[in-house]
Amino acid sequence: MALDQSFVGRSYPPTEPYEVGREKIREFAEAVGDPNPAYTDPEAAKALGHPDVIAPPTFVFAITFKAAGQVVQDPQLGLDYSRVVHGDQKFAYVRPVRAGDRLTVTSTIEAVKSMAGNDILDIRGEVHDEAGEHVVTAWTKLVARAAEEA
Amino acid sequence: MTAKIAYDGVEVGTELPAQTFTVDRATLVRYAGASGDFNPIHWNEKFAKEVGLPDVIAHGMFTMAEAIRVVTDWTGDPGAVVEYGVRFTRPVVVPNDDQGATIEVSGKVAAKLDDNTVRVDLTATSAGQKVLGMSRAVVRLA
Repeated sequence: MALDQSFVGRSYPPTEPYEVGREKIREFAEAVGDPNPAYTDPEAAKALGHPDVIAPPTFVFAITFKAAGQVVQDPQLGLDYSRVVHGDQKFAYVRPVRAGDRLTVTSTIEAVKSMAGNDILDIRGEVHDEAGEHVVTAWTKLVARAAEEA
Repeated sequence: MTAKIAYDGVEVGTELPAQTFTVDRATLVRYAGASGDFNPIHWNEKFAKEVGLPDVIAHGMFTMAEAIRVVTDWTGDPGAVVEYGVRFTRPVVVPNDDQGATIEVSGKVAAKLDDNTVRVDLTATSAGQKVLGMSRAVVRLA
């Protein structure tokens, strides 16, 4: 079923703050096998000019994708999540995410398309810190594959 | 930000040191926990096959995280990454054996941009096939 075009431009309320912890960053860096000390050693991060350890570039996806759940699970939109695959992902950083950040995400539907029976949804997540400063924008393209003929 | 590579020292075509990353089932379980993505296609072979996949596949975001390491290891400062985007073109299939799968990533400078930034185009392959498309990072150099 084609998604409703009138959802394009719709924004969802900002999420409750997610507090970025040093140990969560360490856990993520270990899970991707990345020994860069900027992720685990505050002194190494400071030597690079950061106030505390920073997160690997893709860390923030866990936060923005959870926020995108508001869109994906919007019953009015009616996306069939069981058929969804991740098409594209992009980030634009004002600064790296770092330990101590309290981040909120505002999700907006940028585009809704139908191609060859597939529903394609572009979601933009704007991430701000507690001071209201913009930290990073994440663009996520989700593709709901066409249901097979019964 | 303090990248260890100087803008003036690179040109279009400069190659970044290539790297190979291995991923097995344990890697995927660990990544699921750290990222909060518990989709069973990344750890449950029966489920993966039921939805038409050849086997368990790696999280696309895991592959994305590995590919950017070619850039962040090159610059030293991961905070120098200004933009990063990929298209997930093919899954990385991870068999249940001692070897798992490997992801080979190479990168080269594709353009010199304003403000000491360069665009790096990345190529990621697994089992001889490209797994990421349009994989590009903009990074600020010293």
